Amino acid sequence: MSTTAATEALPAAVAADRRRARRTANRRRRLTVLAFLSPWLVGFTVFFGYPLVMSAWLSLHSYDLLTPARWVGLANYRYMFGDDPQIWPAVSNTLWLIAVSVPATVLFAFGIAMLLTRARTGAGVFRTVFYLPALVPPVAATLGFVYLLNPSTGPVNVILGRLGIEGPLWFNDPGWSKPSLVMLGLWGVGTTMIIFLAAILDVPRHLYESAELDGANALQRLRWVTLPTISPVILFAVVLGVIASLQYFTQAHVAASVAAGSATQGGSTSNIEIGYPEGSTLFYPILVYNHGFRYFNMGYASAMAMLLLVVAFAVTAIIIWNSRRVVHYQGDAR
Amino acid sequence: MRRKAAIVVALVGLVLAAAIGAAGSPAASERATVTNLTIWVGWSARELNEFKKVVAEYDTKKADVSVKVVGSINDDKITAALRSGNVPDVVSSFTSQNVGVYCPSGGWIDLAPYLKRDKINTNIFPATTRYYTQYGGTRCALPLLADAYGFYYNKQLFKKAGLTRPPRTLEELTAYAKKLTTRKADGSLDVVGYDPFIGFYQNSIGAYQPLVGAKYFDPAGRSSLSKDPAWQRLLRWQKSLVDYYGHDKLVKWQTGAGDEWSAPHAFGRGKLAMMIDGEWRVAFLAADHKGLSYGTAPMPVGNKSLYGAGYINGTIIGIPKGGENQDLAWDLVKYLTTNTHALASFSNGIRNVPSTAAAAKSTELKPDPNFAAFTNIFVHPKSATIPVTPLGSAHLETFTSFLAKWQAGKVKDLRAGLAEVDKQIDAKLKQSGGGVP
Repeated sequence: MSTTAATEALPAAVAADRRRARRTANRRRRLTVLAFLSPWLVGFTVFFGYPLVMSAWLSLHSYDLLTPARWVGLANYRYMFGDDPQIWPAVSNTLWLIAVSVPATVLFAFGIAMLLTRARTGAGVFRTVFYLPALVPPVAATLGFVYLLNPSTGPVNVILGRLGIEGPLWFNDPGWSKPSLVMLGLWGVGTTMIIFLAAILDVPRHLYESAELDGANALQRLRWVTLPTISPVILFAVVLGVIASLQYFTQAHVAASVAAGSATQGGSTSNIEIGYPEGSTLFYPILVYNHGFRYFNMGYASAMAMLLLVVAFAVTAIIIWNSRRVVHYQGDAR
Repeated sequence: MRRKAAIVVALVGLVLAAAIGAAGSPAASERATVTNLTIWVGWSARELNEFKKVVAEYDTKKADVSVKVVGSINDDKITAALRSGNVPDVVSSFTSQNVGVYCPSGGWIDLAPYLKRDKINTNIFPATTRYYTQYGGTRCALPLLADAYGFYYNKQLFKKAGLTRPPRTLEELTAYAKKLTTRKADGSLDVVGYDPFIGFYQNSIGAYQPLVGAKYFDPAGRSSLSKDPAWQRLLRWQKSLVDYYGHDKLVKWQTGAGDEWSAPHAFGRGKLAMMIDGEWRVAFLAADHKGLSYGTAPMPVGNKSLYGAGYINGTIIGIPKGGENQDLAWDLVKYLTTNTHALASFSNGIRNVPSTAAAAKSTELKPDPNFAAFTNIFVHPKSATIPVTPLGSAHLETFTSFLAKWQAGKVKDLRAGLAEVDKQIDAKLKQSGGGVP
């Protein structure tokens, strides 16, 4: 009895030891992984997780930045969907930007990239020239555009005037302010253009050769070879463009302030028109900023930020979901 | 032995001499006790230099403090500092409407205990300035000079047009504006008689309100823009003059009118014959357009009984919560806001209106007939300022956004439009959880 028990107990003890060793090894492996991940985890928690949780919490409070937050439940959301007169114009302007600016940027960047692939001489120079505007700080670029497009003294309208054309009021006209901002965006399209250029140059030559053998002309090669091959890059550019449009702030804020003449030191009265001219440059993030930092209404600004997060997530998800039919990944069996 | 004794005596002598020298050096003792104070102000360039001169005088009088002045500060920076706790010792703002937030929140500390301790009666400040430096009974700020808005006119252009005195009513102003306006061959505007466009230079609805005595809020604290007919009279006058020029033509002219805060200013160049502006323009014109022949007067009004009144506002100054040297900071605030010499010399420097009764009568003030018009507006009983609310400037910006559409001809029914603005402002007040005290 005792001999049998001893022989049975020994493998059991060994098995327990092995299990313990495996657990220890697993724990060590997890700790190692965690150690490698920790810089990202810390950054994610501090710069994304914490602000996100705080925004959600503050969106249920009245908070003037200086006194402790006061619980108001869903009042901020009720005001947002029911009473705020500025939110729908801001949403409408932002949707306009997404609908016009994103396709224009993608097409323009793609077009320049295609042209650059054709350059036989001086390709490096052209690439640099088209990329350079992307390096100009947004504030400086915007100031430059407001100067160039000044309706009465700007070089663009002066030249148009000499040609007998009366130039528009550009940033001072509600009908032209957003197109002017789109033009500013197109000028600085260098980063997207470089990504497209790399993708186009990466399309396998044999695909073009096969298409040519099948009798495909240039347009057909573009339609059936280039576009499907670089479709993941197009999707990437569209998603980034949409997110950037949802967060559009600096250029609109600077252009409106300078064009309205309120960018320099002011007197002691308030004559600021948000989204000058006539609210046409009032984009959603600008409204969030004003509520948060100018009207001392951070609770409401947080509610607006939460809505922006949900919309950005939803729009991105919809684009990615719908893109499955038109985006082709290399090695994809579908 | 003697040699050793001599060395010891010499060393002791040296040590004693060094000790006595160090004790007697004023620089060393000052270094040990001087407190550094920082003051944030909104002024920049020439005006900032004038303010620094006033502070430098204080600095020389007070051996125990050294004041550092930081200019070009706006309310965004002030709020960020208050939130972070990294605040200056003294802070000032051009946006007096924000006392509606700074006072009740405690962001700027209550100055009442200091005023009581030093037996300063706030009645030394005129009533309007007392109003915009407190909120709900908490006085967290004091006025640091004040602004009065009045009328500027180009005497040369007046003479050329056969005009002998400034206009006194809004109707007269329209007639003068039409007489003084000239157009180029292509029909674009060359010289504009008077530009009433809200948003241009100092044209704000707040600056026009005292000209018709319109009410922003009713006694219950609800927005009353649509209920007070004075607003509609004012806005219809304003729109009719914009229409005379043509909205787009006026906008185009404005884009070439020159920056408001530098020499190319349209009034200085003779491209704008008349304008509403603050008293500080006197100093700007003296600096940038010495040869300009111009006059000042109260703004023309919609109701003759209001002639002489104007819009009043001004810089506010206080002590932020969390400052390390609040007693010393108070001493500086007290000096800047109540010392007659400091106020008079700063007023001479930037030509703002002195904000105490004593400073307004100071013999140190440099006489200037163009400036005198503004001191008269400042003391006029019907001069007014903007109501302080917990919204800061949000209610004015809601109104201003509506006015942009109004002057562009995109509002068909003015009364209905104003009623909608009333609703929006009331909703904002309700949402902020505050009201108009």
